[in-house]
Amino acid sequence: MSSFKIFDIAGSAMRAQSLRLNLVASNLSNAETVTSSINETYKARHPVFASQLQDAMAKPGKVGEADTGTGVNVLGVVESDAPALAEYAPEHPLANAEGYIFRPNVNPVEEMTNMIAASRSYQDNAEVANTAKQLMLQTLRMGQ
Amino acid sequence: MAINFDNALGIHPLALQFRNQRAELLASNLANADTPNFKARDLDFQSVLKEAQGATLKLTATQPEHLQAPGAGGSLGVAPQYRIPSQASLDGNTVDAEQEQVRYAENALSYQFSLRLVGDKFSGLSEAIRGE
Repeated sequence: MSSFKIFDIAGSAMRAQSLRLNLVASNLSNAETVTSSINETYKARHPVFASQLQDAMAKPGKVGEADTGTGVNVLGVVESDAPALAEYAPEHPLANAEGYIFRPNVNPVEEMTNMIAASRSYQDNAEVANTAKQLMLQTLRMGQ
Repeated sequence: MAINFDNALGIHPLALQFRNQRAELLASNLANADTPNFKARDLDFQSVLKEAQGATLKLTATQPEHLQAPGAGGSLGVAPQYRIPSQASLDGNTVDAEQEQVRYAENALSYQFSLRLVGDKFSGLSEAIRGE
């Protein structure tokens, strides 16, 4: 029965949002990891979402697919291009020859708002799956 | 007199099918609330009803190369329409999560309503068969 598609759709969204939450956790936990080289510094990581419809439309000969609901695909994880923050701290044990340490380009405010948005989206989709489950159970009990 | 399910149940199974398909679309709108360039879509009950009442002629695709008419992929024969966004978003996404939630809840209630009608029809039929 096609109702199971709702579970696929909501499930794909929950998977995508939990990946986003994982990345936020990774970014926030690494926010204070200083290094002595700009190339070794942790870079903030963010997911890239695309709808499965966009993927399906890119393939030829799948016109009819467009009429049904579509889930979320995670295209990949990108590292932020923002520059690492250099800080002059000659007394720091990790300071390089010029006396600089490098902090990751993680913006804690941005990460916190990202976290709230991801958890809200996750809740929305969990609710969708829950409602669909109740409707399915009622359909199974029909006529009794 | 033979029992004909189509006559006995009327339009309600079709309504259930419509609610199911609409729930799928609304779920995908909510799922893609954070997907750039995603356009929210919805089904219109009026157009589905019109389609169901005035069964229009449909072309049959006999070859895989045949182009599908709009809506041919959906089981109800009506294509979903794109929503007109109330607020433009910078990444091209037109999903308004609150609105979609409300519509999903309303659709779920309508589904339960149709389900109740079909269920009652069935219990009426079985009562008639038992002759109680």
